[in-house]
Amino acid sequence: MSPLAGYLLLSAFLFAIGLAGAVTRRNAIVVLIGIELMLNAANLNFIAFWRFGPNPEALTGMMFVIFSIGIAAAEAAVGLALIIAIHRHYKTANVDDVNQLKG
Amino acid sequence: MNWIVKNLWLIPALPMLAAGISALTPQRCRKFSASLAIGSMAISFLLSLCAFSHVLGQHGETSRQIFNFNWFQFAEGNSGILQLGWVLDPLTAIMLVMVTFVGTLIFLYSLGYMAQDENFTRFFTFLALFAGAMLGVVIANSLLLLFICWEIVGLTSYLLIGFWYHKPSAAAAAKKAFITTRIGDVAFLLGIVWLYSQSGTLSFYDNGSGCMETSALAKMVAQTTSAGMAVSTAIALLIFAGAVGKSGQVPLHVWLPDAMEGPTPVSALIHAATMVAAGVFLVARVFPLMSILPEGSSAIPVALQVVTWIGAITAVFAASIAVAQNDIKRILAYSTVSQLGYMMMGLGVGGVAVGMFHLITHAFFKALLFMGAGSVIHGCHEEQDIRRMGGLRKFMPITFATYAIGMLALAGFPLLFSGFWSKDEILHAAHGWSISRVPFYLGIIGALLTAFYMTRQVVLVFFGNRRDGIQEKSEHRSHESSHDPHESPLTMTVPLMILAVCAIVLGFVGTPAWPWFQNFLSGEHEAAGFSRDVILLMLSSSGVVILGLFLGWWFYARKPFAKVDQVDPLRTLRPDIYGLLENKYWIDELYEHTVIAFNAWWAKVCDLIDVWLTVIVHLIGYVFVGLSWVNRFCDEKLVNLGFDESCRRVTLGGKLMSRLQNGRVQNYLRVIGVALAVLVVILIWGGGK
Repeated sequence: MSPLAGYLLLSAFLFAIGLAGAVTRRNAIVVLIGIELMLNAANLNFIAFWRFGPNPEALTGMMFVIFSIGIAAAEAAVGLALIIAIHRHYKTANVDDVNQLKG
Repeated sequence: MNWIVKNLWLIPALPMLAAGISALTPQRCRKFSASLAIGSMAISFLLSLCAFSHVLGQHGETSRQIFNFNWFQFAEGNSGILQLGWVLDPLTAIMLVMVTFVGTLIFLYSLGYMAQDENFTRFFTFLALFAGAMLGVVIANSLLLLFICWEIVGLTSYLLIGFWYHKPSAAAAAKKAFITTRIGDVAFLLGIVWLYSQSGTLSFYDNGSGCMETSALAKMVAQTTSAGMAVSTAIALLIFAGAVGKSGQVPLHVWLPDAMEGPTPVSALIHAATMVAAGVFLVARVFPLMSILPEGSSAIPVALQVVTWIGAITAVFAASIAVAQNDIKRILAYSTVSQLGYMMMGLGVGGVAVGMFHLITHAFFKALLFMGAGSVIHGCHEEQDIRRMGGLRKFMPITFATYAIGMLALAGFPLLFSGFWSKDEILHAAHGWSISRVPFYLGIIGALLTAFYMTRQVVLVFFGNRRDGIQEKSEHRSHESSHDPHESPLTMTVPLMILAVCAIVLGFVGTPAWPWFQNFLSGEHEAAGFSRDVILLMLSSSGVVILGLFLGWWFYARKPFAKVDQVDPLRTLRPDIYGLLENKYWIDELYEHTVIAFNAWWAKVCDLIDVWLTVIVHLIGYVFVGLSWVNRFCDEKLVNLGFDESCRRVTLGGKLMSRLQNGRVQNYLRVIGVALAVLVVILIWGGGK
């Protein structure tokens, strides 16, 4: 097994865990954590493809990941703010109770 | 310009105004409406006298004064302007004085005659309207204005003939008069339109550009119609057709005798003195058009020949019918038709002055005769059959005396009476006519017949013994103590006397010794004096008249009628001819079976066509109703339903799809995840490339 496949497997594993968490947990914060996990799995993919790719000298993968982490931080901040707003409004953080936006 | 020329319109306007006001007056204001009509007529008479004296003071070319104004403009340019206006010339002045004078007297007379009628106000309204329109005809300087007034005159004639409309015969007579004259008027209108298209104006005189002036006439006479006739002749004949209708000439004379259903003053004013003379006046007015000839030609114009022949035939035709009539007014009506024929003949053979002279004298003595007849009818309790009269001389001396004067004037008794001079003038002109002597002989025969039937009438009415009521007297005596005839009131006899004086005096203004009237009308000076053939002619016509009087006396006065139903001596003499005359040559029946039958048939055909058209229209209607029903069906059942259904489906689909959005975010994520997995599987297994 090549080192790339190992990283990719790890990344897929992380992604699956994150997806499972985001889909199954009811607490909005835990859902957010799952989403962060999936994002990080993607970041790991970026790093792995860059490191074992044809041109590891150019720091392109690194740049992607640093941007991605920055965006993830912003996303976490927005997400947490939304969750706090929801909590203020509905007195709950359970995503199943927040279902009024529907057809 | 003299003020009378400027204000000539007042003469017709005053009676019109009086008619308008009295139309709005309640029925009980009898005195008001009568005095309004009579007053306006009297003022018009005074104005006419002013106009007359004004014309008397003029000579030659200046004797015709016109006043034109633009009525309205209907097209670009000069010929698009409709001009109306009036003209004051000797013809107008004479007619004005005659109409207003006779009119005033007849208005006065009507006061007495209509005193018992409950529609007194209406009567005077119509009478005043008639007088106004008639005066409008007289002063008009435009064929259009003349035609307008002409039609109003026809309307009032209709209204007044049918004044006692509750009598079916009066209503029928009114319709007959209106429709018969309409036939002539259609031709008249055609003539007017044609004239307008030819000359571009309808004004008679307009300082050289009028349609009766040289330039327009020369243009019209130079062109020929497709029938080879000069345009001027064709137009003149069309206009003459209008005159034939109005003046009761053959073949449109049938309405005039029936018009006697109207009140007697109406017969006197409209159907003897003025309206029926309007046709003669019209011919006199358009005489330049009638008599125009191509340059260099010296023949007698065709239009004038037609006028002469129609007039001459009418003169004898109507006079012969009058011989066998028994209704006092009908005799006079046929006499009027016959005299109008004389006037036409006079116009045709001798020109304006000859015809107009007879028109004026005839207006006076015929109005006198009609009013005398009215007085007789009035005195005899509405009896009109001369066989039921007789011996009235003793009961009604004034009426008798004036009637006798009128009768002698009409018969043309020598020297003393106006009718003699005017009729003689016509006969003299006919004698010198270059085309044929026949009109002259017809005129002589007519004179003989006239003298004869007037003698018959006077003898039957005024002489002999009273025949009326011999049988009925016993029945009536119980509730009617004074069944005897009585003399009429002064309002009726005074006009009679005035007219009687006129009937005598008027002849002297136009004798061959002093032809003032002729000179006045023509503006020239004819040689005065009796030439040899004039004297010969006068002698022979006097002889004819006296023969007629004698024959009348021979047949009717020698053995006075004793009974009401005594057989007429003429009938014993020649029953076939008498029957023919008594039934007016069967003209009414002839028309009944030709024109009217054709008209009725045509009406039926039209009705049939109409029915078919109705059926077709209905069919088309049904087809369209059916089509629109189909249309509605499509609309409701297909378009509407289909649209509704599709809308419902879309809504349903929307509802179905909105189920997916259930508000649970994790569901969405799940779907995304599954979709991603499926995408990956597809990419791995199927989409390698």
